[in-house]
Amino acid sequence: MTALVTLRNVTKSYVRGKQKVEVLHGVDLAIEAGEFLALMGPSGSGKTTLLNLVAGLDQPTSGEVAVAGDRIDQLSRGSLADWRARHIGFIFQFYNLLPVLTAEANVEVPLLLTNLSKAQRRERVQTALQLVGLADRAKHKPNELSGGQQQRVAIARAIVSDPTLLVCDEPTGDLDRQNAEEIMNLLQALNRSQNKTIIMVTHDPKAAEYASRELHLDKGKLTNDARRAA
Amino acid sequence: MKYFRLVWAGLWRKKTRTVFTMISVVIAFLLFGLLQGINQGFGTALTNLDVDRLYVSARTSMTDGMPISYLSRIRAVPGVRAVSMWAYFGGYFREAKTPIPAFATDATELFKVYKEIKIKPEYIEAMAKTRTGVLIGQELAAKHGWKVGDRIPIGTSIWTNKSGSNTWQFDVVGTFDASAYGAGFPTFYLNYSYFDEARSFGKGDVHYYIVSVQDPKQADRISHEIDDMFANSAVETRTQTESALAQSQLKQLGDINFIANAIVGAVLFTLLFLTANTMMQSVRERTSELAVLKTLGYSDAKVLTLILVEALLLCLFAALIGIGLAALVFESPALQKLFGNFSMPMIVGLMGLGIAVLLAFISGFPPAWRARQLNIVDALAGR
Repeated sequence: MTALVTLRNVTKSYVRGKQKVEVLHGVDLAIEAGEFLALMGPSGSGKTTLLNLVAGLDQPTSGEVAVAGDRIDQLSRGSLADWRARHIGFIFQFYNLLPVLTAEANVEVPLLLTNLSKAQRRERVQTALQLVGLADRAKHKPNELSGGQQQRVAIARAIVSDPTLLVCDEPTGDLDRQNAEEIMNLLQALNRSQNKTIIMVTHDPKAAEYASRELHLDKGKLTNDARRAA
Repeated sequence: MKYFRLVWAGLWRKKTRTVFTMISVVIAFLLFGLLQGINQGFGTALTNLDVDRLYVSARTSMTDGMPISYLSRIRAVPGVRAVSMWAYFGGYFREAKTPIPAFATDATELFKVYKEIKIKPEYIEAMAKTRTGVLIGQELAAKHGWKVGDRIPIGTSIWTNKSGSNTWQFDVVGTFDASAYGAGFPTFYLNYSYFDEARSFGKGDVHYYIVSVQDPKQADRISHEIDDMFANSAVETRTQTESALAQSQLKQLGDINFIANAIVGAVLFTLLFLTANTMMQSVRERTSELAVLKTLGYSDAKVLTLILVEALLLCLFAALIGIGLAALVFESPALQKLFGNFSMPMIVGLMGLGIAVLLAFISGFPPAWRARQLNIVDALAGR
């Protein structure tokens, strides 16, 4: 099987003040299409940095990052923005919805970058909201929704443009147990029924149990790679 | 257009702040519209003044008298169509705080010079036949309830008549409509012959000769000829076109153009900082939201454009309201009276919108650039 995501000898370092800090040290990784990968590890291990590289939010200091056949480490800032619009759906820990827009307007935001007509956009938004079970909350603003509902809207926004890859950074980190389970069930359903490839950073072992593969990162290096039977 | 909702929502993120900023912009552009409108109004009024009318006054001062003997000599200058005169009466009705813009004149000639003034011929004839007659503007007549046949007492702080009184009795013989002239046309005329005979001093003097020329192209030549004719005489003259005279009178109030531009410039300069500050605060508060947009695939250029459009929307929307209000103010009866049938010139509206666009770009660019330069990873991490 061809890997959807490939990282070869990736290093990433930052300069903080006068100090250069290397966060990732020669990471090699392959993620196949349809996988649900949970990326775990202690704080500061480089999980979010790795996620940012795969999502095209950041560039490696050295090494290769290829996603869906594109060498994204070689793309310019502008090209990378276009690439993200086409390939990545992002789910944040704190939902990061635009507070002034309704749920449906939030979900529509990525579609504004496409050539879809208003009617087509509306149809897609409704489908996405139905998928996450929030069709009846389309006109509500984020502050009128619970945390779990806001995260569902964020998921609808992530999937509405049918991206190649869903990237989740601690998607249950701000939710109580019940809401966290609902969100994980939703992500798992998207992975299984829609065959969405998902990469999720989490501290929560219970959330990681929903993934088909668990990867551990420690001090910038991959330490453990375990696949779970479906 | 599809981004409108996104931009509009961003603009109203902090409603109170946006409303107060908008009010400031509205007031600034209201002021701009009023001052520039008045400025343009004076300009338009001046250009509309008749170019074939010349005003002759004493070179030393408009208030100094010139001999009545000049009349026939001016009339004899080639190219002169008609000549009338004004002698300032300085009247008031009942008390000095109710001034009447009264002048002594030769009515028959006056209405040949001011062709646009509407008056019935029989009123001019009645004036010629009635020594104590007066012709009054319709508005002034309406204001005091005067009508043809009334005998009215008019006081003057300058002229004592032969009987030693400062109150003169006049008979209203007719009214006229000066609306076609616009503002500034004196609306009370008495017979010069009667006035000159009855006043106890200053006999034989007038303050202005108003000359109507046959060909406006000859106005310059005629002006020079008149002034040359009286050069080195006891009372030298200064001859000006109607618009030049109006301009020199306006300059006595100050340079209106400079004052208007200086005030508007200062207001808009202050506004620039206010709007820039609002936009900067707004962008600073939305750092993570802008980072999310970039994460979703909005390019740096697109984010820059969205912020600039937001600034444009804020400034244009408020400027439109301000200029619209200014245009309404110009329709008010008080200003209509001052400028005649005058609306705010279209050029003022266009200038205002142009300034609003400039203001939006100058004040919106720094925050828009900041948003463009935003690093997604740092912004999402709150750094």
